[in-house]
Amino acid sequence: MINVVVIGNGMVGHHYVEQLAAAEVEAHITVIGGEPRPAYDRVHLSEFFSGRTAKDLALTTREHYAEIGVDAYFGDPVISIDRDEKKVRTESGREFTYEKLVLATGSYPFVPPVKGNDHKPCVVYRTIDDLGNIQAQAKEAKVGVVVGGGLLGLEAANAVQNLGLETHVVEFAPGLMGVQLDAGGSAMLRRKIEAIGVYVHTSKATEVIEESENGAGRLLMKFADGGSLPTDMIVFSAGIRPFDQLARDCGLKVGERGGIDIDYHCRTSDSDIFAIGECALFGGRIYGLVAPGYRMAEAAVSQLGDDPIAFHGADMSTKLKLLGVDVGSIGDAHGKAEGSVAYTFSDERIEVYKRLIVSADGKKLLGAVLVGDCSDYDTLLQYFLNDIDLPANPESLVLPYSVGEAPSLGAAALPASATICSCHNVSKGDIVASLDAGSCSLADVKSETKAASGCGGCAALLKSIVDHEMAARGLEVNTSICEHFAYTRQELFHLIKVGCIKSFDVLLEKHGSGRGCDICKPAAGSILASLWNDYVLKEKHVGLQDTNDTFLANMQKNGTYSVVPRIAGGEVTPDKLIVLGQVAKKYNLYTKITGGQRIDLFGARVQHLPAIWRELVDAGFETGHAYGKALRTVKSCVGSTWCRYGVQDSMAMAIYVENRYKGLRSPHKFKSAVSGCTRECAEAQSKDFGIIATENGWNLFVGGNGGMKPRHADLFATDLDDETLIKYIDRFLMFYVRTADRLQRTSVWMDNLEGGLDYLRAVVIEDSLGIARELEEQMNSIAGSYQCEWKTTIEDPERLKRFTEFVNTDAEDDHVVFVQERQQPRPATEDERLQLLAIEV
Amino acid sequence: MNNSVILCQQADLIPNSGICVQVQGEQIALFYLPQENPQVYAIGNWDPIGKANVLSRGIVGDLNTRLVVASPLYKQHFDLVNGECLEDADFCVPIYAVAIVADQVLLTQ
Ligand SMILES: Cc1cc2nc3c(=O)[nH]c(=O)nc-3n(C[C@H](O)[C@H](O)[C@H](O)COP(=O)(O)OP(=O)(O)OC[C@H]3O[C@@H](n4cnc5c(N)ncnc54)[C@H](O)[C@@H]3O)c2cc1C
Repeated sequence: MINVVVIGNGMVGHHYVEQLAAAEVEAHITVIGGEPRPAYDRVHLSEFFSGRTAKDLALTTREHYAEIGVDAYFGDPVISIDRDEKKVRTESGREFTYEKLVLATGSYPFVPPVKGNDHKPCVVYRTIDDLGNIQAQAKEAKVGVVVGGGLLGLEAANAVQNLGLETHVVEFAPGLMGVQLDAGGSAMLRRKIEAIGVYVHTSKATEVIEESENGAGRLLMKFADGGSLPTDMIVFSAGIRPFDQLARDCGLKVGERGGIDIDYHCRTSDSDIFAIGECALFGGRIYGLVAPGYRMAEAAVSQLGDDPIAFHGADMSTKLKLLGVDVGSIGDAHGKAEGSVAYTFSDERIEVYKRLIVSADGKKLLGAVLVGDCSDYDTLLQYFLNDIDLPANPESLVLPYSVGEAPSLGAAALPASATICSCHNVSKGDIVASLDAGSCSLADVKSETKAASGCGGCAALLKSIVDHEMAARGLEVNTSICEHFAYTRQELFHLIKVGCIKSFDVLLEKHGSGRGCDICKPAAGSILASLWNDYVLKEKHVGLQDTNDTFLANMQKNGTYSVVPRIAGGEVTPDKLIVLGQVAKKYNLYTKITGGQRIDLFGARVQHLPAIWRELVDAGFETGHAYGKALRTVKSCVGSTWCRYGVQDSMAMAIYVENRYKGLRSPHKFKSAVSGCTRECAEAQSKDFGIIATENGWNLFVGGNGGMKPRHADLFATDLDDETLIKYIDRFLMFYVRTADRLQRTSVWMDNLEGGLDYLRAVVIEDSLGIARELEEQMNSIAGSYQCEWKTTIEDPERLKRFTEFVNTDAEDDHVVFVQERQQPRPATEDERLQLLAIEV
Repeated sequence: MNNSVILCQQADLIPNSGICVQVQGEQIALFYLPQENPQVYAIGNWDPIGKANVLSRGIVGDLNTRLVVASPLYKQHFDLVNGECLEDADFCVPIYAVAIVADQVLLTQ
């Protein structure tokens, strides 16, 4: 058992802990973090201002560390390392001994040494705590200046703009993002971000920051060229400095300009101490991106085992969306290599700039710059990383299609070693292996390898590889729903709709073969219901339904059913609550409150269902559709009506939403929730669609679910008014009902849409397919023709005939036996049943 | 047909679906498929895998031209003609000879 102490719990330190905990090595891990919370996703920090919370950004929790046996301490930075005693000491006086020590202290924002940089409205942007500061300062501000026009500066500018401030970027160098972009790319980027209202000031050296007297702003920035700029707050985001003081103090070798020197095993000058991430200096450089840090962490972990791997530096190519602008930079973006030649394409009308840097012989790609359109990034990166020979006319790779079809780099051309997803280090070989091991869809490969689940930049490439590989294996994925129909659910939906088909028999006759089965019948039944909303127990539909749909109740393991009335939004009157209790008592039902904020009654015999429902319907209850592939519940908190923190009436919204979509038949069950403020008590982000109140309206999230593979919903749209919110949900749900596969939850459906979330936004928000009105109208007509199936059923003697165990006798199934447990009935086990029978005899 | 037993009326049957009768403590699931020949099929109602009396409440159809009912509990298919479980040959349900005679469903032994 090796005793390993890790200082710093940022992104890279956390990755190290996860890797080590999963490795073969027996290690006891202690983590000491300087920030008050466990590691979180710094890369997506600016999403905090568009609706994400600290909880969403978290990469782990204290509980998780405890579970995997890691001792973790937070908010207590290490202040000294004693290399002789092999001991570290924290600010609060804790001491820890180590056999191996890992420094993962990251870096801190560089604040230029300008007089006046310590005024109160001067802040930095790196941690969650910083976000609080920025928010506080922004409250009283109209204008915000970001000092720094690099990647981090523009991220900060995005945050400032999201806070609703007039945003300025002040950069010392002549261009924006000088590290990643050449002058042409930089100029195009400037043009684009100015167009969205950000003021850009380049070649500006700030000399002094003064408190302003004339009231134009709280501060006045004065520049070396004599100009000045009034502002209410300043965010310094002008680069990073490694946290290396601890290493300096204990005599480890550090670089001239900072950074802890490491070799390709990530060892410092003391062989028992490793350094990884942004505090480490490798080959004279600091790697200010997360992926190289992860590679260092993996290399460092491997040194403790039998199979050490080396870190040989990392590619710094990046693809980003900054202030909504696509920016890509690959390899030698500045064309510094000797003899290199460049191809440049620039179109100021559509504001796109592309540049290729090619070796002297024109055969290899050395670098590239993309601004305004990154669609070629994946292909170019593959040429670059895998040293693939360029086509004879390399310019065709970036020219618009009209000039000449770009030769696309097929998935087949990539070597197995090609990195497809750099966030999770997934190679083409890993994807192939996952398919070999039984994955048989894009979604399978995604969840198996994690590819495309980081920044998502490789999604299109991943899809083409998966498609290609499946085809190559003759594994022409059979998407037929079953042996009776050579169609997917989506295709069946179209056939039924276009052909105006109203029954399964007609569908089978026209488009299928055989007699149907338990797969296609309920699927067709569900489509017929979502299209025409016919009463599901009509004679022609009867044989199509699962027993749950037939008896409008969920079958339990002993053949009895559960009864689940709708309790919209979880709101129930005392009178109704009493009725539920009385009914449960009368029919000897087991009673349980569910996670969806309603009450399930278990153990009803089929012949008792009508009487039970008659009493419930008389008391004003409706069916809860717990048996159907349909809307389950809309969970809610009490919202602004009762809660001190609520900002909108989440209760009223939840009840409205539940009533609007109840009864809608869909490919799978779906759930929703409404929270009255960002504290998110209703857990809306774990639902197929979730609604969270903001000061200005509602944020809509889509594609979440709990269950076996929990998934957080994605933020879909922000600050919607009531009407727009409902419009978007109508479109979203109807599009899902139309296009999803059988038993496909919204998350998987979305992941399988080419273009994913962005595509869905285009369809729902921008109406890119021109079907928004049709979707809304269809939803309106379904909502308008809603009927409570139980109410209809109990009023129809013909239908009620089905609700019997035996048609030839009133006897009851004697195999259904209950025993009492905690003052309620439950099904008897086989032993208990035999015993009971024996006594009776 | 002197030793046959009346199970129910033909009108009690539900087209393309199942019902259940109990005869001398035995539960028999009856399926009515008007387009087939014969039109009625009878198997035991007991699902030997799910261990409950539920087969009459499954969905009927065909797999590879064999007429089947799918158990509503765990979805295994049982052959309506010979009682075999398609997914697991170790399981089999009893079958019964039945016929529709003069609007009545008879167990013909
Ligand atoms: C706004 C923003 C956007 C970014 N966007 C991208 C991007 O798009 N792509 C990309 O690849 N990278 C991006 N980055 C960079 C990326 O976040 C970093 O590369 C990554 O976080 C580095 O991880 P790390 O663990 O080395 O350092 P950090 O994440 O900084 O973690 C270091 C931790 O160590 C703690 N610590 C320091 N000293 C001590 C001590 N003495 N005792 C205990 N704890 C200590 C610190 O408090 C900190 O919590 C972005 C960064 C920011 C700020």
